[in-house]
Amino acid sequence: MATIEGENYKVEYNPDTATIAISGALRLGGLGEYAPIIEVLNAALDEHTNITLNMKQLEFLNSSGIAMLSKFVIEARNKETVDLTLCGSSDVPWQGKSLINLQRLMPKITLVVE
Amino acid sequence: MAETFGNYEDISQARTQNQEYLNLSFSPSSIPIKQRWRNNGLSADFLGDYFTTFFPKSENDPASLRRQSEIKNAVSYIANELLENAMKFSDERLNHPISIRLMLDKDRIIFSETNGVSREQADSFRTFINKVMSEDPNELYIQQLEENAMTDSSAGLGYLTMVNDYGAELAWYFEDVGDNGVAVTTEVKVAV
Repeated sequence: MATIEGENYKVEYNPDTATIAISGALRLGGLGEYAPIIEVLNAALDEHTNITLNMKQLEFLNSSGIAMLSKFVIEARNKETVDLTLCGSSDVPWQGKSLINLQRLMPKITLVVE
Repeated sequence: MAETFGNYEDISQARTQNQEYLNLSFSPSSIPIKQRWRNNGLSADFLGDYFTTFFPKSENDPASLRRQSEIKNAVSYIANELLENAMKFSDERLNHPISIRLMLDKDRIIFSETNGVSREQADSFRTFINKVMSEDPNELYIQQLEENAMTDSSAGLGYLTMVNDYGAELAWYFEDVGDNGVAVTTEVKVAV
């Protein structure tokens, strides 16, 4: 299990289940500051073909964070062999608005918003 | 010289007695940006929380709870993006304060954020604004996500998410302030 913990957020990657869980509020300053999280996401892409990204507990994400997610989704799409499931919550307003755009980047994403 | 882009309404002066305003102002050079970054989130969350007062919820009405949570999130997201941009692009040499003002209108919330930038920065921002004004925002957004992934950047994404995901209307006001500087005001209007 790889874990990154910041002031208000946590990223946990469980290689056994190929699941990455991101929780809290992410407002880092620019994509450069997201590099450690991008590394974890890329590690999952290198090791697995069926990956789940759980964001149910991610209350806030700034636009640089959205850029990070888009980059991850585009890389998963370009690998062609990767199946990606995004889990979100309908109780978290930004997810209802913004997650759908990721499906436009990679139509075969499985989007589960409960 | 001054120029406007989009339907700029200028909320810098109160128009009637009974409108709700909230102003925050920061001096650009008093604390290094790295330490100040944390304040963006704190200020944005405060603004989001504050405005929920005007959209009361009733525990028995799930729609009112959802509406309040949507408004809080929208205010917090937009204010955070405006402040992040202001902190990133303000030119400290100009010593121009960063200010954000929120006004509650009848059926909308209006944000107005001002900061000083160099003339070069104003020129490249003008190019971006013209693109946002003339192209389909939805297409431009997806195109920008693809481009950003190639170049490891998140430039312009804040404004495009405001338009696409939050249905915001954007307008700008540029005004020369001497020392080769330009005061840029970004106005964001969201229906509530």
